[in-house]
Amino acid sequence: MLGPNGAGKTTTIEILEGLTQPDSGDVEILGMRWQDGAPGRALRERLGIQLQETQLADKLTVSEVLGLFRSFYRQSHSVDEVLALVELEEKRKARVVTLSGGQKQRLAVACALVSKPELLFLDEPTTGLDPQSRRQLWEIIRRFRADGGTVLLTTHYMEEAERLCDRVAIMDHGKIIAQGTPKELIASLGADHVVDFALTEGGTADDLVEVLRQMGGVSAVRTGPDGVSLTVVELHRALPALLALLKARGVELSLLTTHHATLDDVFVALTGRQLRDT
Amino acid sequence: MYQLALSRMREFYREPEAVFWVFGFPIVLAFALGLAFRNTGPGKLQVGVAGGPGDSALAATLGASPRLIATVLDSASARLRLRTGRIALLVIPGDPVVYRYDSTRTESGLARLEVDDVLQRARGRNDLVAVRDDRVVAPGSRYIDFLIPGLLGMNLLGSGIWGVGFSVVQARQRKLLKRYMATPMRRSHYLLSFILSRLVFLIVEVVALVGFGWLLFGVAVRGSFAALAGITVLGSFSFAGLGLLVASRAKTIEGVSGLMNLVMLPMWILSGTFFSYSRFPDAMIPFVKALPLTALNDALRAVMIDGAAVTTLGTPLAIVVAWGAVSFVIALKIFRWR
Repeated sequence: MLGPNGAGKTTTIEILEGLTQPDSGDVEILGMRWQDGAPGRALRERLGIQLQETQLADKLTVSEVLGLFRSFYRQSHSVDEVLALVELEEKRKARVVTLSGGQKQRLAVACALVSKPELLFLDEPTTGLDPQSRRQLWEIIRRFRADGGTVLLTTHYMEEAERLCDRVAIMDHGKIIAQGTPKELIASLGADHVVDFALTEGGTADDLVEVLRQMGGVSAVRTGPDGVSLTVVELHRALPALLALLKARGVELSLLTTHHATLDDVFVALTGRQLRDT
Repeated sequence: MYQLALSRMREFYREPEAVFWVFGFPIVLAFALGLAFRNTGPGKLQVGVAGGPGDSALAATLGASPRLIATVLDSASARLRLRTGRIALLVIPGDPVVYRYDSTRTESGLARLEVDDVLQRARGRNDLVAVRDDRVVAPGSRYIDFLIPGLLGMNLLGSGIWGVGFSVVQARQRKLLKRYMATPMRRSHYLLSFILSRLVFLIVEVVALVGFGWLLFGVAVRGSFAALAGITVLGSFSFAGLGLLVASRAKTIEGVSGLMNLVMLPMWILSGTFFSYSRFPDAMIPFVKALPLTALNDALRAVMIDGAAVTTLGTPLAIVVAWGAVSFVIALKIFRWR
């Protein structure tokens, strides 16, 4: 589930986890609905949950925390097994307070994995982590998926969604505005390259935008405070045409970049805003 | 539940400050108060003699008594010292001799008796009845004997409310409660684990304080240890219930701290921890007696000082249990789990 901060991702995932009551609608998890008492607990036995803001007890050691969470479930991994899953073996006797941010996050995921879940909920597991810790967590998630587990993950990093997810739902202002595989979503742009440029004179004349729209291979033109953004199908044809046009008009470029279309571009196309700006 | 209780205990004993406040502080307090109010008997009484004819002779007569220190004072400083309590009584020589003192002060009353006795004897009064002093020190009647059971009750109240209240609110603030709710853990197990861990700490607390009183001040337990154990267990359960109630809604440590003080401070003062609640006006006594700490202190003193059997303590113990049970049930109903 991909979306900017405040889009409603956490609320949605906590409704699915049975921790927040929905105002309306139904939730079905593994073919079951949330109920109090024994049926609810039976469903919880099959889930692994990591919450965005949980701070585990500082004074306990890693293995003590896992031992506690393990005791809540009928069947579970041993502490050693789950430590191996998240590669925290050498920290087993360390107190939680001494762990780095990435290690704490892996411990939180370990608490979710300890119950041998069929379905794993992860709420922004890599937010605020350094690139290396992020890649370690991705590896843990990939392994869980490879062993047949299902993961529902929220993130506001489009790179994470692209690399990790089979299906992506893009969320904004409490609504899912698009869903599909990352490839399908990018294909929905109708083009696979994006060209960004800006001119030395600053503002862009409206008639230039009109001309660009008519240009071959360009499927969309968007102007913003930083310049102009073109979505193009064939970069090798559109780019020389753009340069020729600008030369003919006697204006100079102050910036020119191109990249493969990403989920970020999908978000921009759908909302007019950039994911990272929000 | 066992794992939850175990985690709670580990978190506690790895927090040196908490260990001090629960175990060390009551012992330090008992030590300090035991020293301050040790039974040395009343010290020497300071009395003043107003300047005038025959003042120094009168002062010499009074000063000869082993229990009086007499000083000659001019009228201004005599008035000041009497008002500030630095002298217990002012003697104004003349005929009649005038004693000026505040009759509501215990010391002044004692000084009045002693000064009058010394003066009358010096003028040749003869005692008509032969008397002999037989001095005893009776353990059980000293202040420290009164204090130790009170401190024990206060400690049970404090550790029940702080121990439970802080853990719950901290877990709620750190979203740990919510995380537990995301597991199949039973809610009742979570609450009961507090009571279980309190039981273990209770043993340490009681043994430490009672042992300390016995070793250093010879405070004995006259009733049975089984009765003492039973009462402290009931008290500890009851205060753990009260702690859960206090912590059932609060979202922040600051919020719950205020609530805890609101619950505990009145009981520290009213419930006869440091001094007997019989000093309060008669109209207040029924309310004071209905407080759980009063009931617990009464029961503890009955066992430790009077050696009472547990069967005679039905009323105070019923009060203790009722507070605990009602608090626990309300806490369970209104508890905020996230």
